[in-house]
Order: sequence, then structure tokens, then C-alpha cells
Amino acid sequence: MESHPELEAQIDRWRGYVQRSQAISPADVDELEDHLREHIADRQATGLDDEEAFLVAIKRMGNLDAVSQEFAREHSERLWKQLVLVPEASADANTPPWRELAVVLALAVGAGAAVKAGLAWIDDAGALVRNLGLLVFPFLAAYFMWKRRMTGPAAGALLVPFGVLAVALNLYPFTSNGSTGMLAALHAPVVLWLLAGVAYVGGRWRSDKRRMDFVRFSGELAIYYTLLALGGAVLIALTLATLQLVGTDFEPALEDWILPFAVPGALVVATWLVEAKQHVVENIAPVLTRVFTPLTVAMLLVLLAGLATAGGFADVDRNLLILMDAILVLVLCLLLYSISARDPLAPPGLFDALQLVLVIAALAVNAVMLAAMLTRIAEFGYSPNKIAALGLNLLLLVHLARAAWLAIEFLRGRRPFNVMERWQTRYLPVYGAWAIIVVAVFPPVFGFS
Amino acid sequence: MRIDKDLVAASATPLVLGILSDGDLYGYAILKRVSELSDGGMQWTDGMLYPLLHRLERLGYVSSSWGTSDAGRRRKHYAITPTGRDALAERQRQWTVVAEALRQVWHTTQRPPAAAEGWA
Repeated sequence: MESHPELEAQIDRWRGYVQRSQAISPADVDELEDHLREHIADRQATGLDDEEAFLVAIKRMGNLDAVSQEFAREHSERLWKQLVLVPEASADANTPPWRELAVVLALAVGAGAAVKAGLAWIDDAGALVRNLGLLVFPFLAAYFMWKRRMTGPAAGALLVPFGVLAVALNLYPFTSNGSTGMLAALHAPVVLWLLAGVAYVGGRWRSDKRRMDFVRFSGELAIYYTLLALGGAVLIALTLATLQLVGTDFEPALEDWILPFAVPGALVVATWLVEAKQHVVENIAPVLTRVFTPLTVAMLLVLLAGLATAGGFADVDRNLLILMDAILVLVLCLLLYSISARDPLAPPGLFDALQLVLVIAALAVNAVMLAAMLTRIAEFGYSPNKIAALGLNLLLLVHLARAAWLAIEFLRGRRPFNVMERWQTRYLPVYGAWAIIVVAVFPPVFGFS
Repeated sequence: MRIDKDLVAASATPLVLGILSDGDLYGYAILKRVSELSDGGMQWTDGMLYPLLHRLERLGYVSSSWGTSDAGRRRKHYAITPTGRDALAERQRQWTVVAEALRQVWHTTQRPPAAAEGWA
């Protein structure tokens, strides 16, 4: 065939335009394109040049909006994006369609079995809590290693930190009910989660884009896991109530077998669902941030007012400080998810200003807390708990302060949005590093107390 | 002469089924045949043919299969099914009734002067 670059370019553009209609499937586009090309060839045979032949054929094809409406009337199901969990035998049939499901179920059962074994064999409650994450997260990481087809050496390199963490958590002579052991148990999941993240990005952890993908994934996972948990809770409650009425005691089976398998297994299944649906359904986490950002601003302002009227900082309850830390982490998540879903090219808008207000309110709360903590440390001396909380607060302070500064710059049109985005993704590993310090360095420094 | 849109729409199904009953064809060839049969009088909006073909396929009147054109492109061919032949026969009966009724109407209205005289 002779080459007609201009004509090919025009057909390509037309194809791109047709493809945008959800009601017209790729196979239909092929069919229409074949029609168009045939028509153009016929017109060329009657002596028209490329341009004229193309125009005539396009005109005869009809108004694309009307045609796509007609397609939509015939294929209304296409307007609902459909979640295909088990793909039909695809063209590149190297992997049978059911294999992924089999892998997921095997890993879910594996995670459940690991937790069950941990419950059965680890007698010390503190040691069990420290190890829970280690029993579950490797299965998540394994799923991603399999899904991203990580090579043997890369996967091996990822297993090393898991091993080191396991050694630290189990060989350190923690005193029972000591605060360093509890801190290690609290911070280990952060490290494990970031390790799972490295597997999620297929080892490309330096890429900002992939890191943001992991942030999006984490938010969706939290929501899907919650939904699965709610559904599971309803099923369990109904079963429990029914069996109670017929006089069977369901509780031992529930506690010994169902929960140890269902809770970690659901995490693996939720991971798979998020992976499978990622392009099909709109992400829900960013939608929620739109709702909760203004509400959280209001909450922070109420808290600030409450703290201001409470007076002195020295006698602030320790639990209050922990709660406030949790609130700040929540604010950070809101910030991350709204950033993750924002079109980086859109101009600054009202929501960006609202987000800045949120960050500034969080900074104020953070400052109040830092003051309270420093007063407590000056008055009562330091302890592992206080240093851990202080460290987290300082990290949050730096994170929020820079985010506020970049948001102001963005609102004033001095910097593009992606600087803001990059700051978030670049800063994430810092939390991992801090968690590693709390897990690995705190216990020896504070004598495992 | 342009044929009214509603008339085109009403006759589209029997036309396509009738054309396919002569042998398998792909979309563009069906339209060319329609154009030949009507001496260019019936001009369809080309794009509208495909939703129609898909509807006929869903109803089980035609079946489709992917082949390759002379130029090596993917091309979808349509063939009429036994159900489609039954549907075509049914449509033929209906159209025959309509055509007969119309013929009689044309026949009576072609003598308007006589009718006018009668009323005068």
C-alpha cells in the first residue's frame, strides 16, 4: 500500500476521538475504522484526493455524538464500567485467568495460618503483638512480588529487611510491659508497610509517581478493608444470633478459627480487589477527602479553642497527647489523598485554599502539643514514650510547615503544583526511617525498659 | 429523491436481513448494496448501521465473525441465522400487507377528479 502520512494521521485522530466514547468498544472502533478506510479507498478510486476522500467518508459516517448515542442505546451496559476479576482468556494467554485468584487465595490462607500459628505458639502477649505485623505483611509483599514479576535477586533483597526486623523484634530482651517493647510493636507496622510499598512499586521506590500510586493504593485499601470488615461483621453477627437461638455455641469456633483467618485473609483479598479495580472504579479516598477536609478544619479549630481554655500544659494528660498525634496523622492522610487525586495542571482553587487552612490549623495544634511535650519533659524528665512522641511531632511539624509554605507559593502562582506533590512523596521515607530508629535503636538505648 | 428518515429506519431491518440472506457481508458492503438496490435513493448515516447490526446480533437474527480484509485489516462479517430467516419471512409478510394497502390507496387517490365529481 502507498503511504499517506497525512491521511493516516487524520484517521488516527478520528480513531482517538471515537475511542473516547464509552459506549463504543475497541472492537467497534476497529469495525468503524475498516468501514471508513474502505469508503476512503472507494472515493480515491473515483479520483478524489486523500483530504477530500476523508472528508466525504467522515461526513457519511454521520455525527459521532449521535452514532455513539445509538451505540449506547444498544450497549447500555457499557456505560457502567464493569469490574472483571477473572479476565476472559486473554490474547497473551501465558497465565491462565484463574491463576491470580488461586495465588491470592493461597496467600490469604497463608496469612491466616501464620496468624493462627502465632496465636498458638507465642505465649507472651507482648511478643505476640510485636510479631503480628510480621505474620501478615510478608504475604502482602509476596503478592506484589508475584504480581510485579520481581526478579529473584530483587525479591531476595526485599526479604532481608523483613528478616532483620524479625530478628530485632524477637531477640531484643524486652522487659514485659515495658514501653520500648510497646513502642517497637507500634512502629514495626510502619516499617513493614513501607517494605510492602517497595514490593508494590516493583522495586522502583525512587520514582515519585510510583510512590504516589502507593499512597493512593493505601487509601483505597483502607476503605475496601473496612467494607469487607463490615460485611464480615454482619455475616458473623447473623450466624452468631441464629446459632445461639438453636442452642449451638459458636463463639469458640469464631475466636479460634474464623477471626484468625478472616482478619488477615481479608487484608490480602482487599489488596487484590484494589489492584483489580484500580482503573475501573473512581477512587473513593479522594472523594472522602473533599467531604472531610472542611469538617476536619472545624474539628481542629474546636480542639484549639479547647486547648487554649484548658490552661497549663504541664498537667496535660498523656492520653491526650497520643490522641492529638493520631489526629495530626489523620490530617496528613487527608492532605495526601486530596493531593493524590488533584489534577496537577489545574489552577489554584477554593479547595486548595481550604487545604492550606487545614494545614495551618494542624500546625497550630502541633505547636501547642510540642510546647506541652517540652514542658512535660522539662518537668518530669524524658522517657522512651515522650521521646518517641516528640520525634513524631517534630517530623510532622517539618512536613506540615513545608507543605503550608509550598501551598502558599502555589496559591500565589509562584510554583507549580507538582512541587507540592513531590514534597509529600519525598518525605514519606523519613517516617520509615524514624520508625526503624524507634524499633531498632530505642530499646538498647533505654535498656529495653 | 431523499427518503424520509422514519421510513429508512422502518425498512432498515428487513433490508439488511434480506441482503444478508443472499450471502455473508461486512458493513460497508451492506451499505453499498442498499445504495445499489435503491439507485442511491436510500442514503443511510453510515455509522448508524453498526448499532443496528449489533442489535440484530443480540436478537439472534445475525451472527458475526472476525476475518481479514484484502488489505489485511480486521473485518467483521455478518451472516443471517435461521432465526433471522424466520424474522425476515415475518417482516416480508408484514411489508406485503402494507404495500398492498398502500397500492390500493394510491389506486383510489389517483382518480381524485372522479371523487371530486361525486361530491360535487
